[in-house]
Amino acid sequence: MKYVVKRLVQGVPIILAIVVINFFLLNMAEGDAVDVLAGEAGSATPEYMAELRKKFGLDQPLPVQLMVYLKNVVTLDLGYSFRHDMPVNELIFDRFSATALLMTSTIILAVGFGILLGLLAAMRLNTWKDAVITVFALITYATPLFWVGLMMIVVFSLQLGWFPTSGMENVAAFYEGWDRVVDIAHHLVLPTITLSLFYLALYTRMMRASMLEQYGQDYVVTARAKGLTERRITFVHVLRNALLPVVTMAGVQVGALIGGSVIVESVFAWPGLGMLAFESLFARDLNLLLGIFLLSSILVVAVNLIVDIIYCFLDPRIEVN
Amino acid sequence: MKNLLLSIDDLSILLPEGSDRDYAVQGASLQLHAGETVCIVGESGSGKSLTARAVMGLLPAPHVRVGSGAINFNGEDVTKVSAERLRGIRGSEISMIFQEPMTALNPVMSIGDQVDEIFRYHVSMSKKERAEKAIQLMEDVNLPDPHQIINAYPHELSGGQRQRAMIAMALALGPKILIADEPTTALDVTTQAQILDLIKNMQKRLDTGVLFITHDFGVVADIADRVVVMQEGKIVETGTAKQVLNKPQHPYTKSLIAAIPKLNPRKARKRSDDIVLKTDEVSKSFGSGISFFGLGKTGREVKAVREVNVELRKGETLGIVGESGSGKSTLARCIIKLMESDQGQIELDGVDISKLNRNNMRAYRNRIQMVFQDPFASLNPRSRVGDIISQGPILQGVDKDEAHANTRELLDIVGLDNKSFDRFPHEFSGGQRQRIGIARALALKPDILVADEPVSALDVSIQAQILELLDKIRKQMDLSMLFITHDLRVAAQVCDQVAVMQYGKVIEVGPTAKLFANPKHEYTKALLAAIPGKDWHFSKVNS
Repeated sequence: MKYVVKRLVQGVPIILAIVVINFFLLNMAEGDAVDVLAGEAGSATPEYMAELRKKFGLDQPLPVQLMVYLKNVVTLDLGYSFRHDMPVNELIFDRFSATALLMTSTIILAVGFGILLGLLAAMRLNTWKDAVITVFALITYATPLFWVGLMMIVVFSLQLGWFPTSGMENVAAFYEGWDRVVDIAHHLVLPTITLSLFYLALYTRMMRASMLEQYGQDYVVTARAKGLTERRITFVHVLRNALLPVVTMAGVQVGALIGGSVIVESVFAWPGLGMLAFESLFARDLNLLLGIFLLSSILVVAVNLIVDIIYCFLDPRIEVN
Repeated sequence: MKNLLLSIDDLSILLPEGSDRDYAVQGASLQLHAGETVCIVGESGSGKSLTARAVMGLLPAPHVRVGSGAINFNGEDVTKVSAERLRGIRGSEISMIFQEPMTALNPVMSIGDQVDEIFRYHVSMSKKERAEKAIQLMEDVNLPDPHQIINAYPHELSGGQRQRAMIAMALALGPKILIADEPTTALDVTTQAQILDLIKNMQKRLDTGVLFITHDFGVVADIADRVVVMQEGKIVETGTAKQVLNKPQHPYTKSLIAAIPKLNPRKARKRSDDIVLKTDEVSKSFGSGISFFGLGKTGREVKAVREVNVELRKGETLGIVGESGSGKSTLARCIIKLMESDQGQIELDGVDISKLNRNNMRAYRNRIQMVFQDPFASLNPRSRVGDIISQGPILQGVDKDEAHANTRELLDIVGLDNKSFDRFPHEFSGGQRQRIGIARALALKPDILVADEPVSALDVSIQAQILELLDKIRKQMDLSMLFITHDLRVAAQVCDQVAVMQYGKVIEVGPTAKLFANPKHEYTKALLAAIPGKDWHFSKVNS
């Protein structure tokens, strides 16, 4: 417990540093929200633009803007998105659940099936099963995400009509209760598969290599010398040791998953953070963008902590402190 | 004679195609009776381990397999029984312990669980009975605090404790045969003596037949009833321990026994008055844990070297002897300045080098050079041997052609072919690589050579050659040598002076012969008493 608190406290300066770096990086880009608004309106006078800037606080020098922003962040106020005419807090929270859903299902699918397939390939080494799994992993590893997404839509939505093409739920149907859950799950299938395929391939390959490495270890010979069954050796002795590197990798990649979700969310019009970030980038909606970045950095810190805790349970050699 | 347990008849083990020989083991026959210890002795690659593994059906299939012959265990040929039956035999009727107890135990399973498995898979007992049996076993092998050990993980135990736990597992079901594959090679000498005692006691109690694999004739002298000597896959000599040790017949056995360092301290030479290296109260600690915003508590501090005073005179060899963790390697690294010492002075010809920074140290670097323990890890695999050796002098400003010419000369001195110059380290055997390591150290024309366990990774016959080479070079180049070793037999053979280290302190220093004949400190006495095959060594020396 003490360890968790310590790690959380350590996370605070990291997150603040990320906020500051993001702030300067984003402000280095040309143009601001006012330029975009004015451009879209088509007829804005320089006076009107100056007035808008003053209203948004964009006329202040950068350090002042940063201090104001940091002060707001500390009081959990992420500012106001002029683009969406909503407080950033609400907007992000609204979209976050969609992304969290997609990410969770993706991780479960990718890690779960990755481990299973890797295990199977390692157990059936150099047979046709191993070959099929290895080739499958190689192909999915090498295929771009957006193309997979588009092909999924073409085959399963347009041709076969099994799944909806886009969105998170059928808004027009006004489902409630379990019907709504089923509807969302139905919409979730294609984006999840698309996003998880790449990671699935990665974990399959890692798991296979890791299992093979562990099979060569001395303790496996000991286990055989003890007269254990191959089943026991694989599932109790080797599996637990082989999982360690896969868990580490999965933890590191949660951050990358948010980046990957931008493409998938765009292809499937999934109303998540990735798409929101993408839109706000073009609208120069820096408040919103910073908010999203802040949330993702908190997420990464949190997930790393969770992975470390899981690791302590899996590997007794890691001591908590 | 007691009843015959195991009879290996004309066993051949095939190696995969493309290996440097067709057979790992060829035409091997041996017998093991109840209550008897048979030692299989041989150098690396002699096929002794594979023979043992074949008995358990544990050959690394499908590449290495039994070609012909039979292994009869109580009337069954284990090379022909079903996989099911083989599993039944393993761990309950024949069991095995291994060299490296750290890697032989599953790192993520508690000791208790790993013991428990054996009962679960061989006999039917309730969970409670199994737990009680496990604790009983831990007591039998003299592990302290069995209730705690049961829940401990392998990394929480010391090397000796791990090997005890392995033995407990192996003897859990009172097997008829115990196969021990170099079970004490990775252990310190005092721990080794304890483990050998334990094996002997358990054997007496259970009337087990022990097939003991080792490369160490000292260990053989301590425990063997009968000895089987293997060379390149063939059994070259079999006999009772007495016969083989004292009247070896085969030339290979003779040469092996001749190569064993004699426990016969070298004759004292006149000591020079020139002190070339002196340490004055040198200390070094390792701390762990970095505090962060005052949250982390300051970590454990390990005092690796504590106020060590040693002096090395011109032309002499000072042995630093100790078990693992005694601080002997840390001391060497401080002296050669691979590590900064925390306190004290290291005087090289009267100049304190302990406080010099990198730049000022450079002038002294070539004065002290080091030969490392592991000849496989200490040479850059992507550099040619000639470059490895000449790199140092070239960095020190020697002309390239001259450095290369010197290198060829050095290769000749250490007994390597001139063609070695353009080869890569992996093309050489362990002993040859250690020669390269020595040539590399000599290239800078040092006054002092620090050798950190230079022969402990080598077979005994190679070991003798390297020790001879070091001695020859020391004479030829008038070197002073700091020789770090855990093996008192080696120390006796090469050192003029010996310093014994324990827990980071030098507890006793003196001329080798005096220290061996009349040790003052309890620990030195214990170390000397623990030398395997001590009585045999002395009987040989006296005859």
